[in-house]
Amino acid sequence: MDSEYRFIHKHILSLEDLSVADIELILQTADSLKEISTRSIKKVPTLRGKTVISLFFEPSTRTRLSFEIAAKRMSADTFNISVALSSTTKGESLIDTAKNLAAMKPDVIIFRHSCSGSPRLLSKHIKASVINAGDGTHEHPSQGLLDLMTVREKKGDINGLRVAIIGDIAHSRVAHSNIIGFSKMGAEVVVCGPKTLLPAAVERLGAKVAATVEDAVSGADVVMTLRIQHERQKDPLLPSLREYANYFGITPKIMKKAKPDAIIMHPGPINRGVELDPELADGKQSVIIDQVTNGVAVRMALLYLIMGGD
Amino acid sequence: MVESVNNTPILLVNGRIIDPANGIDQNGSLLLENGRVSRLFFGKKLSAPRGTRKFDVGGKWVIPGLIDMHVHLREPGEEYKETIASGTRAAAAGGFTAVACMPNTKPFNDSWAVTAQILSKARNCSAKVYPVGAISKFGRGETLAEYGEMKEAGVVAISDDGCPVENSQLMRRALEYSSHFKLLVISHSEEKTLSHLGVMNEGYQSTRLGLRGIPRVAEEIMIYRDLSLAEYTGQPIHIAHVSTRESVSLIRRAKERGCKITAETAPHYFTLTDEAVDSYDTMAKMNPPLRSPDDIAAIKEGLADGTLDVIATDHAPHSTLDKDLEFDLAANGIIGLETAVPLALNLVREGTIDATRFVELLSSNPARLLGVEGGTLRVGGPADVVVIDPDKDFVYTEDQVVSKSKNSPFLDWHMRGKAVLTIKDGEITYSDS
Repeated sequence: MDSEYRFIHKHILSLEDLSVADIELILQTADSLKEISTRSIKKVPTLRGKTVISLFFEPSTRTRLSFEIAAKRMSADTFNISVALSSTTKGESLIDTAKNLAAMKPDVIIFRHSCSGSPRLLSKHIKASVINAGDGTHEHPSQGLLDLMTVREKKGDINGLRVAIIGDIAHSRVAHSNIIGFSKMGAEVVVCGPKTLLPAAVERLGAKVAATVEDAVSGADVVMTLRIQHERQKDPLLPSLREYANYFGITPKIMKKAKPDAIIMHPGPINRGVELDPELADGKQSVIIDQVTNGVAVRMALLYLIMGGD
Repeated sequence: MVESVNNTPILLVNGRIIDPANGIDQNGSLLLENGRVSRLFFGKKLSAPRGTRKFDVGGKWVIPGLIDMHVHLREPGEEYKETIASGTRAAAAGGFTAVACMPNTKPFNDSWAVTAQILSKARNCSAKVYPVGAISKFGRGETLAEYGEMKEAGVVAISDDGCPVENSQLMRRALEYSSHFKLLVISHSEEKTLSHLGVMNEGYQSTRLGLRGIPRVAEEIMIYRDLSLAEYTGQPIHIAHVSTRESVSLIRRAKERGCKITAETAPHYFTLTDEAVDSYDTMAKMNPPLRSPDDIAAIKEGLADGTLDVIATDHAPHSTLDKDLEFDLAANGIIGLETAVPLALNLVREGTIDATRFVELLSSNPARLLGVEGGTLRVGGPADVVVIDPDKDFVYTEDQVVSKSKNSPFLDWHMRGKAVLTIKDGEITYSDS
């Protein structure tokens, strides 16, 4: 690594904000921290005395638990605030919530919210570091990073790979972070989905748009499918999940178009039989469970780096 | 800030007098007496009555008081954002002698009683207030409001601004029924099923920021409907806050074939693009949303060639309670009265429009469309005059904002050109000293 380089980020709000060198460092750090989770005593004292608060305004199982495990394995004190218990149900504004949390001197806030950009708003009103754990349809940077880590682990190098992302690109913050992350690291990113689920000008984010799922998957090293998030849709976007599965679902037949050693990814939770054939989800090409394992390592790396580790 | 001078005559000496209604653009002096324009002098030595207040306005423009046909004064109901008194003070500071206030107050101005209340509060304020009444009762788009009674109480036009009329039959009936009372229908043209939940222009920036987009067609489709209805009924219609290239083009073609359509745009639509939203800046959140450089180019063409008739500010005061929020939750709109002059002067400096057209867009045309006095410096007309120093440099800081709300994307901008003396009915309502 360049001797001039330093990791200067106080907050992790998006992959857009991170340079290639930042991403390299995060992935290298995650690789080295991954081993801690395999020990019989899964704990290091690195973040002893640090306070990490998870503030989630949207439901989450995986991401929240993953962050909490990451923080605990590094000996930080962790606290969770869920929507139901938060003071926002009493009408408190996000800025007031931030000011009150700040008064209790946390070091890191892990933050999820349904409004895009709200982690940035929070970061302007609090001294603690803010890690975006998913904001609206904007970004989910730790997910993007764990996906990069998983691909690098399986393929050696991201540069030059062909990554196909299939499904609801418009409403997926995971897709957004992955398009930015993979193209930044030199991969060719191809997206495909019904036109109703493709955002405007997605090419300018760095993705090519394929006309058919077959075209997108052809020659791919990585095939990533996304959850069809019917809970978020108030638009007439799709006639039915059945039709979606028929025309846009990833099946063994479609996977034959990909490279023989292609891997299958999914950020979870999966709608089995909708966006992904169950046989593939559990098959030997699937790295879905590796993604979850790597999530802990990436989140340990993020906590470590924003708290000034080197 | 009404500086009462008890009808002391005012003499403005040696300014550039621009009055398109009378084909005047030359240096001269203007005498105001008893609230009226009393004399115009060109190159002649003049004798003013005793006690006249004399202002040397050499190098400055002397033009009819500006008229903003699209503002929100928030009173009654949201006085924490703006009052009629504070909003008209902001108007005077921006060079405006009159404003037309939209009906989306609380309660909605859909009756003579609300109109009368607004007008009673507007007495002795720093600018003339012309209420715009509602098209539909409660602004719900279901039944016609009582145009006759509202007209008698003082409304000058009707609009459901902020609550676009989705029901085409109601819009048709509004155009037909309002004709009896000679009230201009002002349309906030927005197809709500397309703009649904959108918070900014749909395009690369909305994708990048993960914010739900408002497609340009949401505006264009509704303008097409509105001009079709105007043509079919033979009634005039005025399109508020035009923001896209295709909207300008639709209006241009409709005018060419004789449709009685007029239109306005706001300074932010020819000054800012959706890149202003960049870091979720809620000061760049408005409806219609900020668009692209190409739209700006089209709006400038429309202002220059007469397709767009008026520059109105859509002055929309909001407090920090409504703006210091997540972008999705923040209110739409910005204040505009105090920044319209320098932003419109940019168009003159870059050669898009000339000084005469500036006066038409900000004074003569709105007066004509609303059927109100002013918009000219004719002798005998009201002494509504503004002196503009086109070269005055200033930084627009939060401290100088006169409006009760400070929601402007132009804070801390270096501006050039401003109103330095505003006179309404012969009384000084603003003086920059």
